[in-house]
Amino acid sequence: MAKFTKKKEGDLPAVSTASLPDIVFMLLFFFMTVTTMKDSSLMVANTLPNASEIKKLEKKDRVIYIYVGTPTQEYQKVFGTEPKIQLNDKFANVDEVGSFILAERAKKPQELQNVLTTALKVDKEANMGLITDIKQQLREVNALKVNYTTYEGDAFNNLQ
Amino acid sequence: MPRRKGAPEVNAGSMADIAFLLLIFFLVTTTIETDAGLDRMLPPIEPPEQDVVIKQKNIFTVNINRNGQLLVEDNLMEIKDLRDAATAFLENGADGSCTYCKGKKDPSSSDNPTKAIISLKNDRETKYSTYITVQNELVGAYNDLRNREAQRLYGSDFTTMESKYLDPETPSNVRDELKDKVKRIQDMFPQKLSEAETTTD
Repeated sequence: MAKFTKKKEGDLPAVSTASLPDIVFMLLFFFMTVTTMKDSSLMVANTLPNASEIKKLEKKDRVIYIYVGTPTQEYQKVFGTEPKIQLNDKFANVDEVGSFILAERAKKPQELQNVLTTALKVDKEANMGLITDIKQQLREVNALKVNYTTYEGDAFNNLQ
Repeated sequence: MPRRKGAPEVNAGSMADIAFLLLIFFLVTTTIETDAGLDRMLPPIEPPEQDVVIKQKNIFTVNINRNGQLLVEDNLMEIKDLRDAATAFLENGADGSCTYCKGKKDPSSSDNPTKAIISLKNDRETKYSTYITVQNELVGAYNDLRNREAQRLYGSDFTTMESKYLDPETPSNVRDELKDKVKRIQDMFPQKLSEAETTTD
């Protein structure tokens, strides 16, 4: 017993862990600010093409996303392998795009409704026919500002 | 007696180090994702009030067929040559009113940059990636010309000026100053890129 008490005398004083919550909070806030909530999971293959003359899409609240691509493996049995349109969380036909844009636009605050951009996230394997139909729909609901979302890179990589 | 003391306290002093390590790791590896892409305006669906007559020589037609081949002004062309061809068309300046153009003043090509229109047509079977590449080259042609003029007038690239102008973090006095410059360059080479309806046949 005497041996044990003797050892305790030379021990370091316990380090204060009072600042640990601060650190954890810091981490928490970091992730809260950095991460953006994923509001829809992708159900289509979405390898974007490359382009070099790109502009950044600032202000996420002013953007409506439309995804186009072939359905992923798990949905291929039901929806086939032809490129489909994904609006929010479900597949849609071309004629639903217009009403979707109107519905999304109505959800936004009044002052943003005229400055909305439609971001077309289209898989590079898709055909232009579908895109043209979407563009036609967008014109009909007067959503004329579009952004063909791409990766930054040499555009000629698309052709290989 | 030793039982009453309970479990020994775990030294948590190094926890802060671990947390910092994690923090720094994520700080370094995560990129705060902002999407980027080619901004385009679609033509309004209502046809203009009166028909605008545009001379054929002021239109630069680009046709993409289903195999991704280009037909530019009725000639086959490789995509890599498109940018130069579009640039040459835009700054041709046949009527001599464009003082900053360095084109050939070919009377059979565009009158001046404000009149020059690029018309892009595609087939329904055209691949999206090809379409984007062509779009990219056409926008690139405009950007090249605008950069050149911006360099001459303000000693800075148009694209950097524009992105600085559009960046919400730029102070407002800098932005006001940039606004006039950006506007002036844009007016020198207005982007007139028409996306006609797709041909079905």
